[in-house]
Amino acid sequence: MSLTVDIEKKLASFTLRVSFSAGDGVLALLGPSGSGKSMILRCIAGIEKPDRGQIILNGRTVFDSEKKVNLSPQERRTGYLFQNYALFPNMTVRENIEASIRKDHPGSSRERHQIATDMARRMELTEVLDRKVTELSGGQMQRTALARILVNDADIMMLDEPFSALDEHLRFTMEKELSQVISAFGKTVLLVSHNRDEVYRLADHVAVLSRGRLEDQGTVEEVFARPATVTSARLTGIKNIAPAAVDPDGFLTVPGWGIRVPPAAWQLPGRGSRLPDSQNGQNSQERQHCQNSQERQHRQNNLDSRNSPHNQHIQPSQNIQPSPEDQESSSPLAAGIRMNDIRPAALAKGPGSVITLAVDQVKNSLFSYTVELHNPQVPDPLPLYWQVSRDVWQPDGSASLDLFIPDSAVVPLRER
Amino acid sequence: MDLYPLYNSVRIALISAVIIFFTGIWAAYYVSRLPRSLKGIIDVILTIPLVLPPTVIGYLLLRILGPHRMVGSFFLEYFDLRLTMTWWSTVFATTVVSFPLMYRTCRGAFESFDENLASAAQTLGRSSTWIFWRLRLPLCRQGIIAGLVLSFARALGEYGATSMISGYTPGETATISTTVYQLWRTENDDLAVKWVLINLIISFIVLLALNLQEKEKHH
Repeated sequence: MSLTVDIEKKLASFTLRVSFSAGDGVLALLGPSGSGKSMILRCIAGIEKPDRGQIILNGRTVFDSEKKVNLSPQERRTGYLFQNYALFPNMTVRENIEASIRKDHPGSSRERHQIATDMARRMELTEVLDRKVTELSGGQMQRTALARILVNDADIMMLDEPFSALDEHLRFTMEKELSQVISAFGKTVLLVSHNRDEVYRLADHVAVLSRGRLEDQGTVEEVFARPATVTSARLTGIKNIAPAAVDPDGFLTVPGWGIRVPPAAWQLPGRGSRLPDSQNGQNSQERQHCQNSQERQHRQNNLDSRNSPHNQHIQPSQNIQPSPEDQESSSPLAAGIRMNDIRPAALAKGPGSVITLAVDQVKNSLFSYTVELHNPQVPDPLPLYWQVSRDVWQPDGSASLDLFIPDSAVVPLRER
Repeated sequence: MDLYPLYNSVRIALISAVIIFFTGIWAAYYVSRLPRSLKGIIDVILTIPLVLPPTVIGYLLLRILGPHRMVGSFFLEYFDLRLTMTWWSTVFATTVVSFPLMYRTCRGAFESFDENLASAAQTLGRSSTWIFWRLRLPLCRQGIIAGLVLSFARALGEYGATSMISGYTPGETATISTTVYQLWRTENDDLAVKWVLINLIISFIVLLALNLQEKEKHH
């Protein structure tokens, strides 16, 4: 199963111009609201028509502006989970599910009845099967919408902000459920979200979208460890971002923080903007999928023991290699540091620098402190935020702190 | 008391309600899907009978359907059919006058329909026909019924255009409204009051029914 998208569409405030492909597993489109994420899904589903380009789903050309191909949404077989689920409000859960069984599905009305009953059992909807969908809870609504897609036998599942309509306390449970449905689905899944935690836990690959353009793409591990652009860094949760430059010796310098990183440290873990290779053979894709599922499970488990959403200790994955594109790309204009990557000087490990920072403010969270700092030795200091677990550090009232910033924590950020 | 005007008014209102039911829904459905610029113009054309004086509508209808006019003379010549001054001529007047009420109410209902539902049905493989009959109509039911009841009530009370196109012939083209006028003109107050009461009661019942069906949906 694969998807290739290369489309252009003029929107009210910008032009959507994206090109990407996805194999089996979950590709997340991460972007702020209004960046064109949903429009991409609508174009793939055939609800909206791109001005130009090509969409190929499992080798079937469903849209091609040059060859004048534009299949109807009915012919495209895309499973679209709408933000508000778009359940048919005049029907019961059973009617919603039965209405989603394709006409070409061989079977009598009794068989359709049976299909709906089985699907309801699988999605834990048996008890509400004969209720109007307007009487369902948020979680039941989402399960009904997923059941419709699953009986419909879609080739791809597209999830548009699947948790935005849910109450906070439901999101955690529904995320686990959705994760299981995705694994069982086994085909291409597109996840649209502005929430980095959702993306990190559910997706295998991520493409960062800003004002209609893809800014950064790669595996979740790659993009979260080394986001390539400022937007990408913000969306993956890097709170500390400051203007940076490369000095004649090749050091990455951040004047606002008074930090210098040697060339070997900031250039080494560079990565090209690569997307999942959809041209892989079926076997390797399956293997990749299995591995992805395990990774996802691993992340899911990590989540349970993690204190805060910001507390992400990401190890760069092994398949990161410097690519030739990196040498050609523009030099960094900003640098980012994850709040959690800063350590007390006593815990310094590996290459990096210890700097003395003035404490401006300490904010108290449930499991951690967020400390606002600045470097008093530089002329125009910029704030630097440090998030630290309560086990590691407690505020002692001192006005300054010696902190260690690992070189590897300083992420160079380019324009695009 | 001759009840012919009641019978005549009700059958005319029913016939025009049936015509308006189909044409109103059809017009509302297509106009709600038109591009904005075209929508504005067509909408004005379809709504204008609502604000025109009924006498102007009656005049325009006579200009078209009158025995010496284009359509009227055609029917008279080829079918030997007079389009004016019969009981069913009134249907032309009531249909034109009350059509905008149906059209606008339905258009409002169609425009508030969540298009994501139609999109979802499309991605699930459902045809436009299915979407129209199984989603759009049932979900806009309340607006459609409201429009139908309002246009029925309006047709029942039509006077201006009716009197111009059908006149007043007792036992033939007489409706409640023209009868009341005639009775007032001839100073037959006793009978006029009876017809006024009948008209009030019918209108009251119709509008009460409308409110009741709207409430029903909340429960």
